[in-house]
Amino acid sequence: MAKITLEDVDYVAGLAHLTLNPETREAMARDLGSILEYIDQLERLDTSGVEPMMHVLDVTNVYREDTVGESLSQEDAFKNAPKTDGEYFLVPKILDGE
Amino acid sequence: MEYEPVIGLEVHVEINSRSKVFCACLNNFHSPPNSNVCPVCLGMPGVLPVLNVAMVDASMAVGLALNCTISRWSKMDRKHYFYPDLAKSYQISQYDLPLCHDGYLDIEVDGASKRVGITRAHMEEDTARNTHTIGGGISGVDFNRCGVPLLEIVTEPDIFSADEAFAYLTALKQILEYLNVSDCNMEEGSLRAEPNISVRPKGSTTLGVKTEVKNVASFSGVRKAIEFEIKRQVKALDSGEAVVQETRGWDADRGITVSQRVKESAHDYRYFPDPDLMPVVVDDAWEERIRQSLPELPQARKRRFREDLDLSEYDAGVVGMTKDLADYFDAAVVAGAPAKQAANWITGEILATLAERKSDITACKMKPEALASMIGLIGDGTISGTIAKELLPDLIESGGDPKAIVEERGLVQISDSAELEELAQAIIRDHPGPAQEFRDGNKKAIGFLVGQAMKATKGKGNPKLINQILTDALSQE
Ligand SMILES: [Zn+2]
Repeated sequence: MAKITLEDVDYVAGLAHLTLNPETREAMARDLGSILEYIDQLERLDTSGVEPMMHVLDVTNVYREDTVGESLSQEDAFKNAPKTDGEYFLVPKILDGE
Repeated sequence: MEYEPVIGLEVHVEINSRSKVFCACLNNFHSPPNSNVCPVCLGMPGVLPVLNVAMVDASMAVGLALNCTISRWSKMDRKHYFYPDLAKSYQISQYDLPLCHDGYLDIEVDGASKRVGITRAHMEEDTARNTHTIGGGISGVDFNRCGVPLLEIVTEPDIFSADEAFAYLTALKQILEYLNVSDCNMEEGSLRAEPNISVRPKGSTTLGVKTEVKNVASFSGVRKAIEFEIKRQVKALDSGEAVVQETRGWDADRGITVSQRVKESAHDYRYFPDPDLMPVVVDDAWEERIRQSLPELPQARKRRFREDLDLSEYDAGVVGMTKDLADYFDAAVVAGAPAKQAANWITGEILATLAERKSDITACKMKPEALASMIGLIGDGTISGTIAKELLPDLIESGGDPKAIVEERGLVQISDSAELEELAQAIIRDHPGPAQEFRDGNKKAIGFLVGQAMKATKGKGNPKLINQILTDALSQE
């Protein structure tokens, strides 16, 4: 049986940059746990003759031709930017490498 | 204890399609910052990325050139992480079903052939470029690079020395250039190589703990970084310390790698299939079309130059170095130039002249047909090799028909015996010393005298004939 601990919730929330209050934290553990339980149920099915579904849509090979279209003006590009110098989006200094 | 290194390489190649991989923005390194951006590559909510078919074609071409299996069915996935170079907080990449897998590249190291396994080559998007030179606790982000098509090529841990890594990278770059799928410019970041390195006791079959080295800006940098890492890890193990699995940055100025403290969870990417992008299904016909479009690849071409055209190993290597150079050589041969002579001119005077100008064969105005014609003029005695050498810089710079130029400038070789006999007498008179040496049995002294005669005719004398006449004159006395 899948069991989601509060530590699991904290870990996943951390990865998603989410801050959860104590009640939400508990609720998340419960909800995620029951979702995984449901998955466990599905896993009990015999799927040996079923092709795995790799993608939710039944459509393949959708492409665009390699042609250049119009981009935004710099003015428009920066419209939503919290901070810009007109050339770059400005963010707090990045310390790590990459 | 004796250790042996085990090395794998990850290479990121920016594909030189006209537009980006998921939007129609221009794919150009040199545009002003944030001028090739749109809602898709800026990661705005609600947009729909659509895969550029040129990326699939180019990736398949690379995969086939690297002897990979092309997946009949592959998909795009989201790789999640937070970083200012990625506005939508995930990079579109391929996770468990890459387009190309299980290939190999044969390389040559110290004259021996060696096979490096290619684990996979997968399609993804490049991320934005950060600049840290703005100051004031601020970094700038340029999204022109975000969404540039990127192919990641991953090797098996089949590489056992820094030299092998260097040879692999050189051979890979050559193939990419032959395929014309990338600029392969490491300084501009269109080719990036990240080695992962571990060491293990010699003879052991298990792998040691590996480190990955980033921020290496040249192939020689990769070589140095690997050499440094091997020494560092061996030293650590010898003194009883453990090697920590981590990412290290190459500090080219200090010649060392430095630990990049990254949270472990930062590598939990939570991949899942991107529902915005439809699976890539390649049938036999598509694969075959790409296979047919592949040019003759470097190894095959070099072999042909050696075996069919009888070039030396060295000449075949130099002439086949780049596709442009090999095309030039082939065209000269087709135009009638004897292969060996064409190779000699290309590997010698032509490349030297171009190198002096920090230029390459693409800037050479002398057409391959003109090279063939010039070699023909030497062959039929119209001009001497000396004159040809003199003509060459002009031909390379301005082009033109060698025959017309030779006639126009009056450079036709002097093969008039009477004129040359008169000259020979004058040379002997003016240089009694060397003349006497020759008479005394030093046959090499003739070289100096021939040189003087060539100088006197400004290179137009027929050197063979002059040699003959001088030898006759000195022997008859
Ligand atoms: Zn765009």
